Amino acid sequence: MSTRHSRAAARLMMTPSVLLLLGWMLIPLGLTLYFSFLRYNLLMPGTETWAGWSNYYYFLTDPSFTTAVRNTLVLVGGVLVITVAGGILLALLLDQPIWGRGIVRLLVIAPFFVMPTVSALVWQNMFMNPVNGVFAWLAQTMGMRPFDFFGRAPLASIVWIVSWQWLPFATLILLTALQSLDQEQMEAAEMDGAGPLSRFAFITLPHLARAITVVILIQTIFLLSVFAEILVTTNGGPGMATTTLTYLIYVQSLLQFDVGMGSAGGVIAIILANIVAIFLMRMIGRNLDR
Amino acid sequence: MGRIHLHGVSKSFGPVTVIPPLDLAIEDGEFVVFVGPSGCGKSTLLRLIAGLEDVTEGRIEIDGRDATRIPPARRGLAMVFQSYALYPHMSVRRNIAFPLRMAGLPRAEQDRRVEAAARVLNLTDYLDRRPGQLSGGQRQRVAIGRAIVREPAAFLFDEPLSNLDAALRVGMRLEIAELHNRLGTTMIYVTHDQVEAMTMADKIVVLNAGRIEQVGSPLDLYRRPRNLFVAGFIGSPRMNLLGGEEARRHGAATIGIRPEHVRITPEGGPWRGTIGVSEHLGSDTFLHVRCDGIPEPVTVRAGGEVGLHHGDTVFLTPDPAGLHRFDDNGQRIE
Amino acid sequence: MARAVPLPRKALTTALAWTIGVLMFFPILWIGILAFRTEVDAIRPPLQVLAAPWTTESFAAVQQRSNYLRHFTNSVVIALGSTAIALLVAIPAAWSMAFVPSRRTKNVLLWMLSTKMLPPVGVLIPIYLIFRDAGLLDTRTGLVIVLTLINLPIVVWMLYTYFREIPAEILEAARMDGATLRSELLFVLLPMAVPGIASTVLLNVILAWNEAFWTLNLSAARAAPLTAFIASYSSPEGLFYAKLSAASIMAIAPILLIGWVSQRQLVRGLTFGAVK
Repeated sequence: MSTRHSRAAARLMMTPSVLLLLGWMLIPLGLTLYFSFLRYNLLMPGTETWAGWSNYYYFLTDPSFTTAVRNTLVLVGGVLVITVAGGILLALLLDQPIWGRGIVRLLVIAPFFVMPTVSALVWQNMFMNPVNGVFAWLAQTMGMRPFDFFGRAPLASIVWIVSWQWLPFATLILLTALQSLDQEQMEAAEMDGAGPLSRFAFITLPHLARAITVVILIQTIFLLSVFAEILVTTNGGPGMATTTLTYLIYVQSLLQFDVGMGSAGGVIAIILANIVAIFLMRMIGRNLDR
Repeated sequence: MGRIHLHGVSKSFGPVTVIPPLDLAIEDGEFVVFVGPSGCGKSTLLRLIAGLEDVTEGRIEIDGRDATRIPPARRGLAMVFQSYALYPHMSVRRNIAFPLRMAGLPRAEQDRRVEAAARVLNLTDYLDRRPGQLSGGQRQRVAIGRAIVREPAAFLFDEPLSNLDAALRVGMRLEIAELHNRLGTTMIYVTHDQVEAMTMADKIVVLNAGRIEQVGSPLDLYRRPRNLFVAGFIGSPRMNLLGGEEARRHGAATIGIRPEHVRITPEGGPWRGTIGVSEHLGSDTFLHVRCDGIPEPVTVRAGGEVGLHHGDTVFLTPDPAGLHRFDDNGQRIE
Repeated sequence: MARAVPLPRKALTTALAWTIGVLMFFPILWIGILAFRTEVDAIRPPLQVLAAPWTTESFAAVQQRSNYLRHFTNSVVIALGSTAIALLVAIPAAWSMAFVPSRRTKNVLLWMLSTKMLPPVGVLIPIYLIFRDAGLLDTRTGLVIVLTLINLPIVVWMLYTYFREIPAEILEAARMDGATLRSELLFVLLPMAVPGIASTVLLNVILAWNEAFWTLNLSAARAAPLTAFIASYSSPEGLFYAKLSAASIMAIAPILLIGWVSQRQLVRGLTFGAVK
């Protein structure tokens, strides 16, 4: 409901946001795309030549790409499984009547507000360190040999740290969804003779389905970009053991200064992220029409 | 001054025409009510006059000046919204003063006018409260106060009483009518309630599907409805509209007779029927009578203490002066 | 309505929930303790750490050695600066979309959100090169620009959802009362939207404060905010447990408090409204 005046004003007031985001999206995207077809190394400025698809060819056929993709899948998949399963359980628990629920809630969501560099360093040094870590001490007290987490299971260690950061997110979202569950529906099911397990399977879980999907999509997008946790703990190593796609591209571009290759990798990362994003955008769009 | 003339004004939202071109003249000091069923375009028409919507075609003149392209803020009109639209974060005083503040009036003058308006509306004790702390009727008065301090050319009311309960509605109705008498300013009032329209208006504009069905004084519309729609819409309970054989006997496609123009004649009359439901209101009794040879039930107004009941047989005599005749197109036959 | 829950069951769930809550929170609690120990005490076994005396010397050491205050200031400037600019740009846009919606509004909004889903690494090189050539590397200005842009979609989105809850009639009333667009925004819309704007600001400050891709890649010694500063503890200095803990606690405490205060509003912003 509007007039010419207000519509004109609205267009004018939209302009800065639209232009900024358009610039933010198109300029770097265009450049990445352009660079990906160049033989371009920052150490040899002025020697850029057209490279055709060769950057893509080399990036995709390099064994490190396969490793990086595998590591990325393990990281994203591992964190998703832990956080979604843990999130459902925690949300169910926190939805029960308990004493001090507000405080428990605060404790549980706290890790989400810890900056990635801090959580990575704290876990690596204070907990997973085989000499001084809390886990090493626990193992010794129970008469076991301390486990060298980052030495022997580096990727799993990172999965663990990232899961700790994202479990609160999953819990918070799922708890919110849980609290919007119609209590009468539950009571009706109980009157119909459904036990706690069938109530969970036939009412709670379907109700949560949508929120679970949202958690998976949003986390996937952010998890594909996990960077700081790897940088401060393992630098992608040992060897290639914790190099994800994001980290590989970073190494190619800013450590080996191979802009062409890095850009080709960037384009591939964008394509992968967009596959997830399309599904997420669909869900958000449907909700906008409410 | 507050003369508002609409010339060929129409409104479409995309391909949907909400208001086909219409002309309407509202003279200075009139109390005009737009009435019609929901979705008839009456609120849209009011918003066109306010300038909150653009007209698609046509011209709006306010006091002889073409106001079609003037933004709402500069049309010199004040509006009272259905939801009152008070600013929840401001005190009553600041709510009422808001238009004055926007007009850049000096502080002292603002205060003077707010106090004056508050006195008129019995709001003096509430000036420092927030809208959230007021009752519905008080909020309504604040909204009116905000409108009157501007001394506008005309007041626009968009279903202002529909959020109040029945008792308050009657009270506020009187207050607004009283206000009109005192200020003498043009008022345009939108409602779906024909009782409000009948009791308050100098001039009623009956709207249906965006079209003006009839314009006239309440009694005009009551006495000489121009078509079936107006006949059915104005008056409570509804006019009895009868077709078929009975209408043909009067040379019409449909005849109309108001419940108050049918008399119950125990000893005999043209219509013989059986009483169905009877509604006892105390002052009146409305009887729904099934008459032989007339498919539609006939509603009859009887005295409050009438001793008739379900299943009784009665004779009805329509008052010939109260009989309305309509042709095949639903238009009145004189 | 609710039925009484048997006490033993409530006690059991309470115990379980508290155990998990404390375990989840334990790493934060632990650095909170380590930060108040001497470097020597901090690497002792946990029970001895607990028993060791309290001291604030690590905080003092962190301040002295690494110019902690500058990085803290960088974080504050970057987080608040990017939030303020994003708000300034987003408020008019959110007003337009909430109160003058057109057929395109939904698509524009979705497109804006989609820019948030662009993996940063995909545009790392161009941004890095542009920043290098514009002299924005390792400057607060540069980081403010980047963080404004990456969080703008969320700010527009959140404001849009909050504005939509304000009845349009009130803004129309202001228009009828003679308010210009500027007064309408300033005196009517913004005061009414204060709670929504506040939670938008809080979420944005949290996101900007913890952002660790662009801050790590685009800053060095001068403009480094706390994320990058803490990262510098990673190799040799990682061994200084007490100092690392003290620096970490100071880096996360403000944001933890903000996060706790605004937790109920966060869901809306974090899920783009897909969960209510």
